[in-house]
Amino acid sequence: MSLLQKHSVLPGFNLTLGFTLLYLSLIVLIPLSATFVKTTSLGWSGFWQVITTPRVLASYKLTFSAALLGAAINTVFGLIVAWVLVRYEFFGKKIIDAIVDLPFALPTAVAGISLATIYSQKGWIGQLFAPMGIKIAYTPLGVVIALTFIGLPFVVRTVQPVLEEFEVELEEAAASLGASRLQTFLKVIFPAIWPALLTGFALAFARAVGEYGSVIFIAGNIPMVSEITPLLIITKLEQYDYAGATALATSMLIVSFILLLAINVLQWWGQNRHSKR
Amino acid sequence: MTFAVAVPQSHHAHGSRLANREPLWVRWTLISIALLFLLGFLLMPLAVVFSQAFSKGWSVYASALLEPNALAAVRLTLLVASISVPLNVVFGLCASWSIAKFEFKGKSLLITLIDLPFSVSPVVAGLIYVLMFGLQGWFGGWLSEHNIKLIFAVPGIVMATIFVTFPFVARELIPLMQAQGTEEEEAAIVLGASGWQTFWRVTLPNIKWGLLYGVILSNARAMGEFGAVSVVSGHIRGLTNTIPLHVEILYNEYNSAAAFAVASLLALLALVTLALKSFLEWRLQTSVSQQDDS
Repeated sequence: MSLLQKHSVLPGFNLTLGFTLLYLSLIVLIPLSATFVKTTSLGWSGFWQVITTPRVLASYKLTFSAALLGAAINTVFGLIVAWVLVRYEFFGKKIIDAIVDLPFALPTAVAGISLATIYSQKGWIGQLFAPMGIKIAYTPLGVVIALTFIGLPFVVRTVQPVLEEFEVELEEAAASLGASRLQTFLKVIFPAIWPALLTGFALAFARAVGEYGSVIFIAGNIPMVSEITPLLIITKLEQYDYAGATALATSMLIVSFILLLAINVLQWWGQNRHSKR
Repeated sequence: MTFAVAVPQSHHAHGSRLANREPLWVRWTLISIALLFLLGFLLMPLAVVFSQAFSKGWSVYASALLEPNALAAVRLTLLVASISVPLNVVFGLCASWSIAKFEFKGKSLLITLIDLPFSVSPVVAGLIYVLMFGLQGWFGGWLSEHNIKLIFAVPGIVMATIFVTFPFVARELIPLMQAQGTEEEEAAIVLGASGWQTFWRVTLPNIKWGLLYGVILSNARAMGEFGAVSVVSGHIRGLTNTIPLHVEILYNEYNSAAAFAVASLLALLALVTLALKSFLEWRLQTSVSQQDDS
């Protein structure tokens, strides 16, 4: 190890890096690779068989489309929230700014039972839609609501710092050259915050795909209709179908790794564009 | 990604220049949309917790909290957090010391790997330990021969909690220590301080707010984790139920007032976490800008 390191007078490199690698391996790397190794015992055809049964495919479809929709809702409203928090002054702004992180701090089970109560047919919001014949809780719509809740802070928190750093002079230049406010936003501001917006979208989507606690209470969990993939993993585990649960987990891990890679590329892109400025 | 420490930015006088202002009606429309969205999605869930918790009066609320199984859940949650958070603090300090103070190959890969648990579904996080230590798992046979139970027992809950809170402290400290550089520590060492003295007297005072920030966030997640813990817990009442799992059981028994009463504890924890987080962000900003000034 110490061969890799440039000369430094500071002590403790071998000890701290050694402990870091040991702890990382024991807690994260070895258990994760155990899952992949266990999957290989199924063989490719066995793996494929498990992850393409109609019930599993229905859960993928629901999980990904609801996560996509939730992330899209958060991109639109997250941009508005970030804009309002950076650009305008209004009463209670500091508290609003702090409360944006609530979905990170509120345990998912609590969020789940609260949302299920609010959107049930007798709930505060559910009763407004019930007369129109729209059911939200215990339908796929409820899954979208829960995934919107847990992904809410991501877009706000990625766009906010970029907006804060944005140079007002550029807007003034655009305005003095005769651009309207909307043109300035679309052609000057939006291109600058676009990478951050996309990163926030990807983060919200990645979080939503794996989410469990806030969804299961509001989803109703009807197989083929409102059953998310993480729940299906637990169902298989409770039926002692370890191979099936592992295959599903591996498919989700692969998706997570692809998303992680995409997010890293997006962040790198955003930083590079920023430093060129 | 998730919780970047607020790095101080130069604040432009946004809004004070008339050329850059939207018409009044646009501004108020945007503010109203933002507030309505946050009201519906954030404040309402919070409000419903407390309104449901007290819907059957104080006595039901108090008895839901003082019931033996609820107290056992509180004790277990405190125990799990008090093991997993300190372990992740030690890891976070080691990781940030080696990454921020030294140059070595593969550093960015290491940082990515440290972040990995954030992108893994909580359910999968629980499952991987079942596959390692459960009866069907790699070490399952050996463990049951020696009568050691890790899964569906407290050690499994602790491991799953460590996994889901793994990156919090490290990801706060790494950028902070990287920004602070190594000059102060090098000066201390050259002046004859030992490694430990340098760490306690120079590094720790510099990173204390960032460290506390990471501790607050990982504690909130450790006490509130549901998915990962649910997989490894076994749901044995009074023994392996944490507070969130206890909430689930009460809710599924249609005992909604009691479920929300116990949930209100967690909602309070979330509010305290947010308040402390805002305070620490403010401390971090002032402490970094003081360093910039000097």
